[in-house]
Amino acid sequence: MNHQPTIKPSKARTAAQGHFRTLRLGTPFQPRIDALARTQDWYNWAGYRAPHSLWDEELEYFAIRSQAALFDISPMTKYRVEGPDAEAFLDRVTLRDVTKLKPGRVHYTAWCDDEGFVLDDGTLFRLSPTRFRLCSQERHLPWLLDSAIGFDVAVEEETESIAGLALQGPTSFAVLRDAGFAGVETLKIFDLAEFPHDGGTVTISRTGFTGDLGYELFVPAENALSLWDRLMTAGELRGIRAIGYTALNRARIEAGLIVANADFTTEHAIRADRLRMPDEIGLGFMVDLEKGHFNGRRAILEARARRKLRHVLVGLEIEGNIPAEHAIVYHKKSQEVGLVSAAMWSPMAKRNIAIASLTRPYGDTMVEDLWVEIYAMRELQYQKLMKRAKVVARPFIKLDRRTANPPADF
Amino acid sequence: MKAWDAIIIGGGHNGLVNACYLQRAGLDVLVVEKNDWVGGAATSRELTPGFLYSNCSYVCSLFRPEIMRDLELPRFGLQVISYEGGAVFTRDGDYLANYRDHDAHRREFARFSKRDAEAYDRYSRDVTRQCRFIQPLLMRTAPDPTSFRPRDLGELLYLGKKFAGLSAEQMALTLRFWTMSISEFLDEYFETDVIKANFALSGIIGTALGPRSPGTAYVLLHHYMGEVDGSVGAWGYARGGMGAVTKALAASFKASGGTIRTGAEVDHVLVGRGKAKGVVLAGGEEIYGKLVVSNADVKRTFLKLVEEKELPDIFLRRVRNFKIRGSSGKVNIALDSLPEFPALPKDSPVYRGDMHFTDSMERMERAYDDWKAGRWSADPFLDMVIPTTLDPTMAPPGKHFMSCFVQYAPPKVDGRDWTDADRDGFAESVIAQIAEYSPGFRDRIVHMEVRTPREIEAEVGLTEGNIFQGELTFDQLLFNRPVPGYAQYRSPVGGLYMCGSSTPPGGGVMGAPGRNAAAEILRDLAKSTSHMSPAHDVI
Repeated sequence: MNHQPTIKPSKARTAAQGHFRTLRLGTPFQPRIDALARTQDWYNWAGYRAPHSLWDEELEYFAIRSQAALFDISPMTKYRVEGPDAEAFLDRVTLRDVTKLKPGRVHYTAWCDDEGFVLDDGTLFRLSPTRFRLCSQERHLPWLLDSAIGFDVAVEEETESIAGLALQGPTSFAVLRDAGFAGVETLKIFDLAEFPHDGGTVTISRTGFTGDLGYELFVPAENALSLWDRLMTAGELRGIRAIGYTALNRARIEAGLIVANADFTTEHAIRADRLRMPDEIGLGFMVDLEKGHFNGRRAILEARARRKLRHVLVGLEIEGNIPAEHAIVYHKKSQEVGLVSAAMWSPMAKRNIAIASLTRPYGDTMVEDLWVEIYAMRELQYQKLMKRAKVVARPFIKLDRRTANPPADF
Repeated sequence: MKAWDAIIIGGGHNGLVNACYLQRAGLDVLVVEKNDWVGGAATSRELTPGFLYSNCSYVCSLFRPEIMRDLELPRFGLQVISYEGGAVFTRDGDYLANYRDHDAHRREFARFSKRDAEAYDRYSRDVTRQCRFIQPLLMRTAPDPTSFRPRDLGELLYLGKKFAGLSAEQMALTLRFWTMSISEFLDEYFETDVIKANFALSGIIGTALGPRSPGTAYVLLHHYMGEVDGSVGAWGYARGGMGAVTKALAASFKASGGTIRTGAEVDHVLVGRGKAKGVVLAGGEEIYGKLVVSNADVKRTFLKLVEEKELPDIFLRRVRNFKIRGSSGKVNIALDSLPEFPALPKDSPVYRGDMHFTDSMERMERAYDDWKAGRWSADPFLDMVIPTTLDPTMAPPGKHFMSCFVQYAPPKVDGRDWTDADRDGFAESVIAQIAEYSPGFRDRIVHMEVRTPREIEAEVGLTEGNIFQGELTFDQLLFNRPVPGYAQYRSPVGGLYMCGSSTPPGGGVMGAPGRNAAAEILRDLAKSTSHMSPAHDVI
């Protein structure tokens, strides 16, 4: 018999009943963000109330490039992966060689299903020999738990309990140093270290999503506000500003970085033909065939050998200055060969840039005579523009200060 | 003597849909209905002053929007309102809710299991993929696999192409979906019993199978492939009860010149030289028609309305063996105030959704065990809604109509017919279950309509009270529904067609059988079907 015991539900379970009254949660930083939200311009980021902008999306962008910008990344999905087999488990799940990821280092990675299709991309933080944090856009707990069978490893979702901040921009190092994080100057790009904060610790990594000098900070939710205040106080003379997603998105396009569900689909795509292999979204460099078996290896090898790769993700430079967002890409102005997934006028490059997915061989071996058709709505009329597009390397901008050691003091 | 172009037996939703399309094609159509009202199993009747009941069917999702548009049903008063979610009450005093908001839904599941909370996206992706595969098939006549007619070959090719378009993994999933039990299917996604029970209910509704019976996964899919205005899988209330659907159909039919005769029970179909010539009413009146379309289920049509000698042996045998088992009942309740459920916060949207009390797969299967033993379930499975929380037209302000779909109820009790005492015992099993979660519930009851399979068969005409006019198991779907070789709405009797839920694509207030039958009839008459919209694109 499978009769359930008539014990009372746990206090935690009943206490959580009332969540339906708050459909968009605040993050641990919400009180500070709400106080700065002059535009009240919110969007839904994975169930959280996140700002598109706080006061002026253009000026927020320039805060990233000229001073230091503080962006709340708490809604990002976070998994804690811990155990003697954590390294072996992650090596098996993800594309890159995790044995080469030393404790105190971070790498950008992705993971695939058995058919070699990308389920998501994310950053993997190695906090200790046996402890990792995996950050991603979508949620993958069942996938990770199923993959963990046979490994001595625990996978735990910790999105709500860990708060995260991105501090990006030329003065970000100076802000951290002035805030008293002694030794932060030793962090090279993709390094991480723990620093004391408010009776606990904060994990600071020299990482980010802007192509600029920058850091990401992870802290237990209960220490979030004191961390915010510590940075804001220290950054006052360094021009620190809180920003929303629109500004960050501009910076990431310039950096040539792709976003899950914006530039490629993830595990939960419904239309099977929308799935992409790593080579089809510019992540082929992650695939490490030297290491042992990993999810999707066989399928990726076969697709490469049989030339079954159908798509390619490229950077485009487009003539003129009208952003080509979601424009269709043509060959010889007539044959449809792809779609622009992100586009903008780049203030740093002074060029009209875009990220696009094309159907091979276009964008791969055939890169001549490509055009984009831009439908620019101006006062209730489409101005249809056919503009020449050139395939260019990403990132669109390269800033020496991103990797300079020691980081520059501004 | 007048001969109608077409006589439709039965004014249920499919009969009326069929009649509407034929009338709009220029035919002179008569609908004969045994009751004094139309609607079949989609009716709203005022059995106690001030309260409208959705007497049989009670929620709407499957009804094809193409049909609503073609027949101008909004103009004739049809409005469907999405409802807000729902819940399973758990015996420990808590509940598991379903919320429309994706993140609220996830957080609710996470109260029970973080893994299951995140598994929901996978589950929903896989189910959606299957629905997208099936939805375009609903409005097409199933091909006859043994025929070499170009149309059948074309349709077979269409099916084949669609199937071949799936990845190997998708094909495997499709076959599994059509044959697995809902219990095993859910085991692949979820670990928490109450979460499985929450989803499993769609796999057993209206079906004489338990959650562990093979074939129930498809029944779940059948309940997911509907929509409310493009929101696939959503369910809603028809404003004014489900009778609003047939009321609008009847009004549309009459507006286009059609004739309805209520209180006109058909005794049998007039057949001469292997061809239907009309119908004979219970009083002996003969009505002539060039063709006859039966909205009644396949058993009632061919075992009661047509003389055996007119039918081939094998056909008759297959009709007799067609599974159309009574498995459910209905309790409709007028309440003088909104019931309270102490487990639910007072401001919970769950009041405006569907509520259940079966919180484990084991309890669901046990309820089915009672059915197998020829008894109604001692601890029944209820699908309970209070439409008046969203629809102000069904009860006076502050008062409420509650609809309880109840499973399982056998067609016969211990092998004998249902008695009034049985019916009362059945009702008591329902009230007792609700009262356990809602103190004072009995005191709120103003009036009650209790319908066991006996009442449903007697009043609506559904054999054994089976709501789908035949089980939705894979052996009785596609070109096998209702009988191999007769899945294209025609019958062995010339000029006698079928248009009820016994025909493809099956049951539920969908209207597709009625529409598809009309398309076949018009094809036989070489008439245009340009007034019939094809299925909406699935992109």
